[in-house]
Amino acid sequence: MNKTASFKVDYYQYLQPNGEPEGELPPLADDTKTIHALYRNMLFTRLYDERAVNLQRTGQIGTFASSLGQEAIGAGVGHAMQPNDIITPSFRESGALFFRGFRVYDLLLYWGGDERGMSNPEVGDDFPICVPISTHATHAAGAAFAVKYRKEPRVVVCILGDGGTSKGDFYEAINLAGVWNLPLVFVINNNQWAISVPRAMQSKTETLAQKAIAAGIPGIQIDGNDPIAVRHHVAEAIENARSGGGPTLIEAISYRLCHHTTADDATRYRSDEELEAQRKFDPIPRLKVFMNQRGIWSDDQEKQLLAQCKDDIEKEVRLYLDSEPQAPSSMFDSLYAELPDELTNQRQSLLGKE
Amino acid sequence: MSDITMIDAVNLAMHYEMNQDPAMVVLGEDIGINGGVFRATVGLLDKFGQERVLDTPLAENMIAGIAVGMAAQGLHPVAEIQFMGFIYPAIDQMISHAGRLRNRTRGRLSCPMVLRAPYGGGIHAPEHHSESTEAMFAHIPGLRVVIPSSPARAYGLLLAAIRDPDPVVFLEPKRVYRLMKQSVKDNGEALPLDTCFVLRPGNDITLVSWGAMLHETQLAAEQLATEGVEAEVIDLATIKPIDMETILESVGRTGRCVIVQEAARTCSVGSEISARLAEEGLMSLFAPIRRVSGYDTVMPMFRLEKYYMPSTERIIQAVRETLEYA
Repeated sequence: MNKTASFKVDYYQYLQPNGEPEGELPPLADDTKTIHALYRNMLFTRLYDERAVNLQRTGQIGTFASSLGQEAIGAGVGHAMQPNDIITPSFRESGALFFRGFRVYDLLLYWGGDERGMSNPEVGDDFPICVPISTHATHAAGAAFAVKYRKEPRVVVCILGDGGTSKGDFYEAINLAGVWNLPLVFVINNNQWAISVPRAMQSKTETLAQKAIAAGIPGIQIDGNDPIAVRHHVAEAIENARSGGGPTLIEAISYRLCHHTTADDATRYRSDEELEAQRKFDPIPRLKVFMNQRGIWSDDQEKQLLAQCKDDIEKEVRLYLDSEPQAPSSMFDSLYAELPDELTNQRQSLLGKE
Repeated sequence: MSDITMIDAVNLAMHYEMNQDPAMVVLGEDIGINGGVFRATVGLLDKFGQERVLDTPLAENMIAGIAVGMAAQGLHPVAEIQFMGFIYPAIDQMISHAGRLRNRTRGRLSCPMVLRAPYGGGIHAPEHHSESTEAMFAHIPGLRVVIPSSPARAYGLLLAAIRDPDPVVFLEPKRVYRLMKQSVKDNGEALPLDTCFVLRPGNDITLVSWGAMLHETQLAAEQLATEGVEAEVIDLATIKPIDMETILESVGRTGRCVIVQEAARTCSVGSEISARLAEEGLMSLFAPIRRVSGYDTVMPMFRLEKYYMPSTERIIQAVRETLEYA
């Protein structure tokens, strides 16, 4: 027997769950500004999630997907991207979207059932939240082709979940990204659960990162609850793609500490013991311990940041609650560049009822 | 200028627009060096290079998905699905994204893409190569659906589809690809995407059809003319939106309407036209609206396809029955 090829999947972690560094840290660990930005984004996202769940419980937004416990992924990805890069998000990346210029107001509008939530022109040409699973992976490939075609130094980042890696869309996209050497980084938020279906029931593969091997592209695993690992490896993959090095698949291991959405009850399918055991991997206290040990964080700063985040969120919540509803006829107004006659008639008939 | 076939016209339109529009790219399976299995893309690779003429991996959902991504990024992708029988994996992208992107971003992003596919029966093709499922796309909000019936129409409508700022599904009746030749001016002039074409004027009955079925429909009209029946023949051309104004005007004069389609009957484009006539033109009707269509069966393999597809005889029979109402 001859061996035709051999493969391995590397795993990276820099901060242990207790916040203690392990081995040599990447240079960004010494960049206080970056560390603070990651911490602020994670804390902000957690407070936003809490507030959004509360708004859902009181009937002021619809079903909402929290990212509790997975904040390091959104923060690391969002911070690693350049403003001109392009994100194709799924629906659990609020932290990344905040770095991209989406406001709490925008996201509350969206989860509050208002299309204007994805319309903010300040976010440029980032893609809107994608609800169908993995269907945005091919959009990312198409967008990556477009920037490559125009010779723009931009990179596309696609985030999807562990369940999303079971779909053909994902395989088709990573396959094409490899063949066409696209400037594209796939980040899997492996939070162990696709609603009620655990990771082990998605795939027999030991890792999700190894799916990259089938597409001939690099695939790595990182601790997705280690913000330093996420920020470092996503940035590395992005800059590699920007310089023509092609796509990378990053599996970020995390855990969904929340229900799938506010419409889900995770106690139906997972034990309290499992959930409690995962709390020690929480990325936020982990980075806080690291900052404290480095002497770049104080209780005063923590208090100040908490107050500031809450204040910022409350202002946006107020803006959302005070926003004028869309006119019912707006459902027609952005359907086509120019509304066909038949729809103009339908619009008129609705206008009579407005 | 020489007479050309429909497949030549499709090819000519893409050459013309590739020359004019640096944002246009062509993609699909076997569309590069092979020039497409029907030769629709012949010559494009040589002329415009592999940066713009993209042979893709074999994955139809991906072809539509990357076209959405390209279009959202400002390119004008023209994607070929090799046969309509293979278009169904792409429908997810057309429904979930292509037709929704402008609306769900309130115009921040848009999706100026074209999804081309040969469709329809009558060329003795293998299983899954002969269906007419245009109604599935006509049901999807945010899309346009276009079906040319002749070389000239294919040229002008395809240019319009490529230039349209919204997603267009462009279905080419493959039986017509080489059925006839027509003089086509390569002048870059597009046709409207919301207008029927009256192919033959008449005041006794209105025949509405599209794509390859216009061939049989026109033959029927010619034969009926020898019997003193003047049928008006309308080429629907744009399945979505439907130009009901032209149809209603015609039926207003004739009082009778037969719709001819290759597709199965239930929930079809013919159903929609019938419903609209009943809603908006009932008072001008002298006779029930008739649909001559494929049956609600699986499109048979080619030994039986001629029994499935409406024949000139079936059309004439329906017209005669419609004319019997005083």
